Amino acid sequence: MNKRVYLDYAATTPVKEEVFEEMKPYFTEKFGNPSSIYSYGREAKQPIDVARTRIANAVGAKPEEIYFTAGGSESDNWAIKGIAFANKNKGNHIITTKIEHHAVLHTCEYLEKYGFEVTYLEVDEFGRIHLEDLEKAITDKTILISIMFANNEIGTIQPIKEIGQIARENKIYFHTDAVQALGNVKIDVDDLNIDSMSISSHKIYGPKGIGAMYLRKGVKIHSFVHGGAQERKRRAGTENVPGIVGFGKAAQLITENMDEHINHMMCLKDKLINGIIERIDFVKLNGHSEYRLPGNVNFIFEFIEGESLLLSLDLVGIAGSSGSACTSGSLDPSHVLMALGLPHEIAHGSLRLTIGSFTTEEDIDYVLEELPKIVQRLRDMSPLYEEVKGGQK
Amino acid sequence: MYTEKVMDHFMNPRNVGEIENAAGVGQVGNAKCGDIMKIYLDVEDEIIKDVKFKTFGCGSAIASSSVATEMIKGKTVHEALAITNKAVVEALGGLPPVKIHCSVLAEEAIKTAILDYGKKNNITFKELEGFNPTEDHHDHEEE
Repeated sequence: MNKRVYLDYAATTPVKEEVFEEMKPYFTEKFGNPSSIYSYGREAKQPIDVARTRIANAVGAKPEEIYFTAGGSESDNWAIKGIAFANKNKGNHIITTKIEHHAVLHTCEYLEKYGFEVTYLEVDEFGRIHLEDLEKAITDKTILISIMFANNEIGTIQPIKEIGQIARENKIYFHTDAVQALGNVKIDVDDLNIDSMSISSHKIYGPKGIGAMYLRKGVKIHSFVHGGAQERKRRAGTENVPGIVGFGKAAQLITENMDEHINHMMCLKDKLINGIIERIDFVKLNGHSEYRLPGNVNFIFEFIEGESLLLSLDLVGIAGSSGSACTSGSLDPSHVLMALGLPHEIAHGSLRLTIGSFTTEEDIDYVLEELPKIVQRLRDMSPLYEEVKGGQK
Repeated sequence: MYTEKVMDHFMNPRNVGEIENAAGVGQVGNAKCGDIMKIYLDVEDEIIKDVKFKTFGCGSAIASSSVATEMIKGKTVHEALAITNKAVVEALGGLPPVKIHCSVLAEEAIKTAILDYGKKNNITFKELEGFNPTEDHHDHEEE
């Protein structure tokens, strides 16, 4: 394979060189257990405090409100289950949306088996919830609202501040899955009225297997891992020190360069979106034009199926993802695309390309050169396209 | 995930296209489930002189259609009717378990096209007795 173009930054990102350099000593010479009192322990504990502060600064939180976890999914699980069970005396109702990540949806479904009731809010054709729907869904039993900051597939950003405002007025806790938003949108937990938030390192050029949950001081939650005193006795287990150090460095870098980073992605995103629309017919851009992650491009290519599109792109070195059923191992196309109201047959033909720090203009040019040929080749094979072309003859 | 044979048939599919005034046409699957297969036959003296296909679907659906057309070209309709989805899978050097339904579609597309040929020529095939292509080959059961 000659050229390779990675356009799946929403799936994961490479670890930045500076991040990796900072992690290295904590695998080898500074290997101590942070809970130990001797020098080996101290030199492993101090960098955890530094990382916690850097992450807190990145989201406008206090360091003691940051709890390290194994990643976004764990943070979602902990926040939702932990808050639900700890506040059961106040009520058993949770509000979320139909387009959440499975880490939220399946956690809510799990809670439904244990006496909780969950409202799954609809979204409009662009993927945004309507605040009136949220207000209507609130009952005197509602204890938690969990709504994602930005969607992983279509990049739609929710009205987080307003949601937080409504939650606060009704004395309901507000959790948001901000895994996709971190580093791509400015986040300030106080300004946005967020009580709990899930974030992950490997989406911001840090290592995999490490994430965090922000929990506002005073929010009642159950401990997630019982054992030692780590993470204020709420998530026991010897810390993943190199991971935490890497996450901290990544959070610092992304905060320092955010405007530049966002601008870089926006330019390339617009070029890719406009280029696709100019070159290929029967396409539809999914998601919102304004409230959208700066690196997200998600298109429907009518008359073709997503997996064959991904396979063809892979053969010319382009890495993307799709919401087609065939790529997920399930029967139905992505629940997100279905929630937008797209028919099954259309939703099968989606392609998500996500731009990041290392994407170049040449990468986009290469995609714009290859993609139209691939789409045409697959359409020429498709009986659905034949019908459309036949109708035009 | 896919064998070299599957990738070869996906990238270089044999017999893509349509046949005008085909002796038999068979279309199976539906867009809702993400795959449609359409097979065109040109038949002379019960021999499949030419075959073309069009497929909307994943890589294995395209490869299954392609290999199936190769397997029946030049054969008698009776030989074509004897082809099972298993034979299609074997010819591709295997398919992932979740993709077996693609090979079933290929078998049924052939049978549906021959059924159409039979109807147009008032021929009934013993092999097609009770043949009833299902619309949907996916396993709908959820865990």
